Formats: sequence, structure tokens, C-alpha cells
Amino acid sequence: MLKYIIRRLLISIPELFIISFMIFMIMYAAPGDFLDQYRLDPTISAETLEAMRKEYGLDQPAIVQYLTWLKNLFKGNMGYSFYYRRPVSDLIWERVNATLILSVSSLLFSWALGIVTGIFSALKKYSFSDRILTVVALGLIATPSFFLGLLMLYLAAKTNWFPISGMISTSYNQLSAWNKFKDILWHMILPVSALSLGSFASLMRYMRGSLLDVLNEDYVIFARAKGMPERVVIYKHALRNAINPMITFLGFSISGLLGGALFIENVFGWPGMGRLIYQALIQQDMYLVIASGLISAILLVVGNLVADMLLALVDPRVRLT
Amino acid sequence: MEAVLSVKNLSTYFYMEEGVVAAVDDVSFDLAPQEVLGIVGETGSGKSVTVKSVMRLIKSPGKIVNGQIIYKGTNILEIPENEMYKIRGKEISMVFQDPMTSLNPLYTIGDQLMETIIQHQSVSKSEAYKRAVEMLQLVQIPEPEKRMRSYPFEFSGGMRQRAVIAIALSCNPSVLIADEPTTALDVTIQAQILDLMRSLQERLKTAMIFITHDLGVIASMAHKIMVMYGGKQVEFGSAEDIFYRPIHPYTNMLLRSVPRIDRKIDRLQSIPGQPPRMIDIPKVCTFLPRCPKRTEKCQTAIPPMEEIEPGHFVRCFNPVRGDE
Ligand SMILES: Nc1ncnc2c1ncn2[C@@H]1O[C@H](COP(=O)(O)OP(=O)(O)OP(=O)(O)O)[C@@H](O)[C@H]1O
Ligand SMILES: [Mg+2]
Repeated sequence: MLKYIIRRLLISIPELFIISFMIFMIMYAAPGDFLDQYRLDPTISAETLEAMRKEYGLDQPAIVQYLTWLKNLFKGNMGYSFYYRRPVSDLIWERVNATLILSVSSLLFSWALGIVTGIFSALKKYSFSDRILTVVALGLIATPSFFLGLLMLYLAAKTNWFPISGMISTSYNQLSAWNKFKDILWHMILPVSALSLGSFASLMRYMRGSLLDVLNEDYVIFARAKGMPERVVIYKHALRNAINPMITFLGFSISGLLGGALFIENVFGWPGMGRLIYQALIQQDMYLVIASGLISAILLVVGNLVADMLLALVDPRVRLT
Repeated sequence: MEAVLSVKNLSTYFYMEEGVVAAVDDVSFDLAPQEVLGIVGETGSGKSVTVKSVMRLIKSPGKIVNGQIIYKGTNILEIPENEMYKIRGKEISMVFQDPMTSLNPLYTIGDQLMETIIQHQSVSKSEAYKRAVEMLQLVQIPEPEKRMRSYPFEFSGGMRQRAVIAIALSCNPSVLIADEPTTALDVTIQAQILDLMRSLQERLKTAMIFITHDLGVIASMAHKIMVMYGGKQVEFGSAEDIFYRPIHPYTNMLLRSVPRIDRKIDRLQSIPGQPPRMIDIPKVCTFLPRCPKRTEKCQTAIPPMEEIEPGHFVRCFNPVRGDE
């Protein structure tokens, strides 16, 4: 198993190179560059612009720029943000926690709830509660998360029940540790809901379908025919087989941890990576974009690896062949 | 001898959107201890639904609408569902058609065998292990200790069916139901599994219901035979009755459609027509549209099961007599 993991990680290294190179080339091929916004500004002289071009290395050919960036990367330097004039790694590091708090809690929330309600509605197929859950799920799947976010903002503003923006209250620094925790939790409720309801709904439907499929399998009927109590039939024989196809899904969820919250962070003014990346894209803040692209790619690799490992853990056919 | 299992007027219907499917209609039979009952009939005739009803494994939209299933004096249909697990696997157990799909792919053979033993017999884990290994030996799986740790995907089809048989027999059931246990296997493996089942039946004296649409197989296994057509039993009798003195037109035609060495016939005959569509069938004999011997009377009612000679029943107004 360890050998397998190491091999997978080694294979992913060239993948990451290629991905970073492609992001670089796409950024380069996009019309304009970071300096465009200054060119429009009449108070900035042509000499200043030229100096900035030199300073940022934008006068070099693309391939040289890429190689320089790569060289710096090996020294642990991910480049500088043009806009913030600070190391990209610092910028990301400051914001990554806020994003992770948001996206990891959404992930846990949507998975826990999705699996449990999915099982429930499969076992109660066509009952009243299953029908209600089905309608709710289809509604949530059809609603884009940013729209859900806007809707929640509107309600929050109307009712004043929830804060409408940010991650902490202004009085945060004066609060005790416990109240600080509660304050963040309080701010999290809306963005986490907006972010997770959609995926909760699709996970629930997916889990429901998967379990219903498995419940019709011969081995489940055989387990019943050999006298296993219904509890064992469902939770030992059916459920583990039904979870199996969900695991690949989990891999995707993991790879979306940093990027998935982009819209929601903007809607709720959440101080995470989403806003940073969004601005960087608009301003063509090249190294920031590449760094975040690279992080997403790494998460993709990690997500797939985690999924494969879990799959091997659950399924002997994967583990032993 | 008192029957271990006695099915009386069993009817199981499926309530579909297109109409009601009378998958099993008014079926009755007795199974004596140590006896092998064969059920034959073409596809869709209700063989599987009959035995699934006996195990109470019929799920919605299917429903047992009538009848009694008396096992050792108790009507199984009156047992609450959450107590059925005490019957299944322990008193009556079942082997399915497709060994490739009857074992859970995520658990070892040993686990699936031991859980059954532990469920039904109050034994410790180590005793259950010993018993499981014995069972694998009994079904002639080589290196049983090693095979306990194997997963189903590491087994061939024949080996899997052996494992399934081991599971089904692990708690000494009084009745073993085998629903086409060899249909999904290669011919050579089929013969091996049949030999195994025959010798186990002789050794363990388990009463057995054996389903097949292979008349050759049934001839070598069964003491009694029930012939089904369109959800109804059309003929029931000893193996000799059915093979040498068949009286229902369908049984006759069925026998003429298989090659035999003891009787010279010019060509094998197929049965003209199609098996019935089972939805909302009219209240007449289900074989009527294909029957060469149909008369006016057949249009009026469903013929009752009649005892033509001791132990030999037929459901027909115009039974075939002698060697017609
Ligand atoms: N789950 C189900 N839903 C609806 N109809 C069913 C279901 N199971 C069986 N039936 C119907 O019951 C009838 C009898 O089916 P059954 O499986 O008992 O046939 P069989 O004799 O075992 O055939 P085969 O030789 O193909 O196994 C069929 O006509 C089928 O349409
Ligand atoms: Mg069948």
C-alpha cells in the first residue's frame, strides 16, 4: 500500500508541472496584462510603466518567465503579487484558514446529512417523507449556490437574525475564547448553508439511488434468505456496497475544497481565498493565479489519492488486484 | 409420512401498473422429509416466485394473496416479518441461480459463512470457524482453511456455488431450496455441482425443492415432480408418473421436446405458440391457447387439480391417457 501511495505521488509530480505550465500559457495568451489598468491612468507616465514592466519581468519571453518562476518555486518562493506587492505564499497563507473553515465544515455537513437522509429515504422509498425529501432535493439541486446565498443575504438583512458579511464581529477581539468560537460559528451559518445545501441534496439523491440499487442485488437477498436480521442485511451487506460508488465523489469534493467557495465567499464577504483568486483573475495578477491554480491541482491529486485509498480500504477487489 | 413443508392453495400476485400478474395461482404441494421435489416449467411459469413465497422473500409490488405454508405444523405466513429470520437459513434455506452475484463481494467467504453459523447457533467464534471449515470440506473446496480468507472474486463460478451451498447447509436446515443452481455454470461444472448436491442430499437427508427447466437434470434428482405452466401447477406426481405416464398435454409436449435414449422418435418437437402474457389472464386454463386437445369445456372454467391415480394429480379436463 505504501509503495502504491509513493508511486502515485511520484507520478503526480510531472502532472503538476504540466498543469502549472498550462496555466502560465493560458494567462500569457489572455489579452492584456496586469499593467493595462495603469496604462489607462493618465497620471502614470510611460517611463514608470516601462519600469514596472521590467520590475515584474513582463518584458521577458513567456518561457523565460515560466522558468524563472519554476526556479524560484524550488527555493520555496511562489512569486510576488503585482497588486499587493507581497509574496504570494503570504497572501494565500493568510486566507487559507478562512476558506478551509468554510469549505471543510460544508463538506462535513453536506456529507453527513446527505448520507444519512439518503439512507433514510431509500429505506422509506415512496413514503410521504421520501417524497418530501425528493422535492426539497430537486429544488436545491436546481438552485445555483450563489443564488441561494443572495436569497439568504436578503433574509438576513430583513430579519437581522444573522450577520450579512464577514467572518467575525467588530467586537471579536474583546470576546472570550468560547465567545470567539461562537461568533465565528454565528457568521458561518449562512455561507456554510449556501455552500452545502446543493451538494447535500445531490449526495442524498445519489446515496438513495445507490442503496436502492444495492438492495435489489442477489447478495442482499441471499443475506436475507440465510436468515440475517434486517439490521445486518442493510447496515452490513447493503450499505458498504452502496457507499462504494460515493467514494469517487468524495475525491471530487476534496479537490474542490479551495476553489468551490469562490462565489459564496464573494457573496458573503468571507475573507478567504475565493475573493483573492477572483480579484487576481480580473486584474491578471499572474503569479497569484498560477499559485492558486497549482494548489487546486495539488488538491485534485490529493483528492483522487484519498478516494483511491478509501476505495482500496473498502473494496478487496481494488486492494488485492 | 408427515410432510415437513406443506403448501396449500398458494397464490402470489404482482400488482403492476399494467395490471395484475398472477405469478403463482392456487399452487399446493407437500414435501416429505428427505424427499426431493423437482419443479419444472418454462421461463416465467412462476417457479421462482413459488419458492420465494415459501421463504417470504416477495417484495412489493408482489404480495402473497392467498394460501398457507405449513412448516412443521406452523403457518409461515402468520409469523411476523421480524421473526422470519429464525426460519430462513436455519429451517429452510435457499441456493440461488447465479453464484456470481449471490455472495457479497466485500466480505470473505469465511465471514459470510461464519456470520450465518453464529446467527443461528449459539456457538463461540472459534467453534463457528471450525464448523465453517468443515462445511467447506463437505462441499469439497480444496484447502478450506486458506479459502476461508478468500473473497468471492477469487473464486470461480463453480467454487462460488459450492460456497453458497455450504452457507445454505451450514445450519442443518430441514428444507433446502435450490432455484436453478446450475443454470449459470459451464456444463462440466454443472455436472459436478449436481453430483455434489445429490450426494449431500443422500448424506444429510435434507428435504429439497429443486427448480430447473432441464428435464434431464430433474430426472436424476427428484423423487416427485411438479410441472408448472403460467403460474399454475398443471401436473404433480412421482418421477415415474411424470416421465412414464404424463397426462397433461403440456407435460407430454414438454417430454417430447427433449431427446431421450430409451425411446426412438424421428424428431424433437417444439411446443407451438408463446408462453402466456401473465397480465390479467382470463379465468381459464393458462395453457389453453397452445393446447392441441382443447375443447368447448375448456373455455368455461379453470380445471381443478384432480387425483387421477394415487399421488398423481393433473389440472386438465382432457387428460392424455395411455401412450397417445
Ligand atoms: N419482481 C417482480 N415484479 C413483477 N413481476 C414479477 C416479479 N417477479 C416475477 N414476476 C412475474 O412473475 C412471473 C413468474 O416469474 P418467475 O420468476 O417465478 O418465473 P420462473 O418460472 O422462475 O422463470 P425462470 O425459469 O425464468 O426463472 C413472471 O411472469 C414475471 O413477470
Ligand atoms: Mg426463476
